[in-house]
Amino acid sequence: MTFGCSIAFLLSAALTVAGALAAALLKNLVHCALSLTVTFAGLALLYLQLDAQFAGFAQILVYIGAVAILVVFAILLTRGAGIPEYRGFSSSWLLGLIIAAAIFALFGWAVTKSLPAQITASAAPAITVQSIGAALMSSYVLPLEIVAVLLTVALIGAVIVAMPESRITKSETRTGGGQ
Amino acid sequence: MSQQASFWNNLDQVFVLLQHRIAGYFPVWLQPVVETILAVVGIVAAFPGIFALTTVLERKGLGRMQNRLGPNRVGPLGILQPVADGIKSLTKEDIVPLSADAAVHFLAPVVLVIAVFMGFAVLPIGRNMVLANLDAGLLFFFAIGASTELSIFMAGWSSRNKYSLLGAMRAVAQMISYEVPLLLSSVVAVMITGSLSTVKIVEAQSGFTGIFPHWYVFTPWGFAGFVLFVIAALAETNRSPFDLPEGESELVAGYFTEYSGFKFALFFLGEYLGMFSIAGFAITLFLGGWGAPLSVLEFVPSWAWFFLKLLAAIAFFIWLRGTLPRLRQDQLMNFAWKFMLPMTLLNLVVAGAWRFLGDGWPRWVICSVVLLAAYVLLGRVLMRNQNLGARSYRYAD
Amino acid sequence: MTPLAAYLIVAALVFAIGLAISLTRRNAILVLIGIELMLNAANLNLIAFWRFGPHSSGHGDGLTGMMFAIFSIAVAAAEAAVGLGLAIAYHRHAKTTDLDAMTRMKG
Repeated sequence: MTFGCSIAFLLSAALTVAGALAAALLKNLVHCALSLTVTFAGLALLYLQLDAQFAGFAQILVYIGAVAILVVFAILLTRGAGIPEYRGFSSSWLLGLIIAAAIFALFGWAVTKSLPAQITASAAPAITVQSIGAALMSSYVLPLEIVAVLLTVALIGAVIVAMPESRITKSETRTGGGQ
Repeated sequence: MSQQASFWNNLDQVFVLLQHRIAGYFPVWLQPVVETILAVVGIVAAFPGIFALTTVLERKGLGRMQNRLGPNRVGPLGILQPVADGIKSLTKEDIVPLSADAAVHFLAPVVLVIAVFMGFAVLPIGRNMVLANLDAGLLFFFAIGASTELSIFMAGWSSRNKYSLLGAMRAVAQMISYEVPLLLSSVVAVMITGSLSTVKIVEAQSGFTGIFPHWYVFTPWGFAGFVLFVIAALAETNRSPFDLPEGESELVAGYFTEYSGFKFALFFLGEYLGMFSIAGFAITLFLGGWGAPLSVLEFVPSWAWFFLKLLAAIAFFIWLRGTLPRLRQDQLMNFAWKFMLPMTLLNLVVAGAWRFLGDGWPRWVICSVVLLAAYVLLGRVLMRNQNLGARSYRYAD
Repeated sequence: MTPLAAYLIVAALVFAIGLAISLTRRNAILVLIGIELMLNAANLNLIAFWRFGPHSSGHGDGLTGMMFAIFSIAVAAAEAAVGLGLAIAYHRHAKTTDLDAMTRMKG
């Protein structure tokens, strides 16, 4: 009945997909953002079941702790004067739905047809955080430094993009405590 | 002598032995589950008990610091006040505003309490007494701590109340800003230990030279890291002097204005438990966890030392609450980004230098001088625009 | 215990739902939410293949999949920040985040 999957996997997968569906269908934006958080949590549980502890905790820390809060802040900062006058779904929603369903059918066909459904034959890899740190400093040091520069650039860029344009002259500008 | 030693050893491990004893009554395949359940029961019983004790300690302590008696009606010297508080919060009417978002309003305290309880899983409360010996325990703790910010936002937004939303926004902005110094100041302990596991960090501090312990707080970078961690921890848990989000004189009650009865008690519980878990974490990282302060005192059980240190930390937090004035929002943010972030980064460099300068007295001098010079210089530079005169006192005649 | 195909199907489902969100909803921020879902689904794929694949030490000591996923998480966070900054900037200009109303560059 469980198709050879463990109960923990079924529960996490159900949580993930339910969160994603709720994010797609709910009208209230903040509810969408909160169900996105549920999806992130479900995905972190899936990572933990795949013995990727570092990735799972990093997922919780970065996505739930930062990206979800970023999304809700953006929703609150871009609220109109109350009720939105437009319907939540675009006029060409059927086409979008058909395209998404077609993509899913394609992926599902590819997975079931061309992949022998492997069971976990290999033992759990003994990945310690120390080995990750060593790998980051030896084999992956170039991507690490590039990601550091990328994050700095994104930080500065996001602040500049979202900063309000100053329409007041220099002499009237307040120092510090701006926006 | 060995009989005495084994008595103290048994006392040290009494909870572990109890756990194995009770689990022994169950079949073998069920034993790990039963042991985990017993550990969880222990945590759920102990820390809310400390919470009850802290509420009365805080109110009496604050009262004394403000030159008044605290609660003294219920029980001798007011000790049974938590019982009265519990009965009150359980029987009060649960008012939900009509326009509030019911589902999110209900879930916010639940998410907070769940996240906070999960943080206790990686605290080593004694020798061999940790619920989950995770290889990446520190990362787990901070990940769970980051999830509490979301519940505060949920509480503030779902109440559909301007005060609540403002308090929630302030709280989330504050928590996000102080997350960075919190993480960076804990990384020094990880660097020197070489592991993210809380158990290994405590074990690395359990040696003694002479009678003095190897706690990280007794090193220059450890002391700076401890001070920075405690300041960031105060800000993370919205404790005074960083309690602008729930400033009673400012925002009614901030993000839990619209909560009453049991949900308010849950928020209260979640906030205090968060304070305990982060204080416990500071003790684990810098104050040697369950280690004794002097090698002659090693016979005292390890869990007793942990709880004594935790009580001292709680008393210190209460003392700070009664003494320091509240920080304004922009002062708070300035402090986080302009002072604490450079100091934590410098602390990282100093800890690296400590490691590579080798044993001996030069590294003590160099590291201390660098940190002190940076502290003084940064303070002077940041305060240069404030013309602070001599302090003046005014007393009522 | 769980076959690899199960994880891949879940990832494909989340990807399809993220794609549907990006294509059918009108709010700019929801489109960004859909993009985040797609990135997460790809991460799940990466980690599932890492787990079920060989772990011999080649380049990267058998950690390639997880490293890729971790870098992808970092890059996705940066991209979310910039995208949301754009949405906020546009809202400040046009007082709306309705994508169907952003037709200023229409011919």
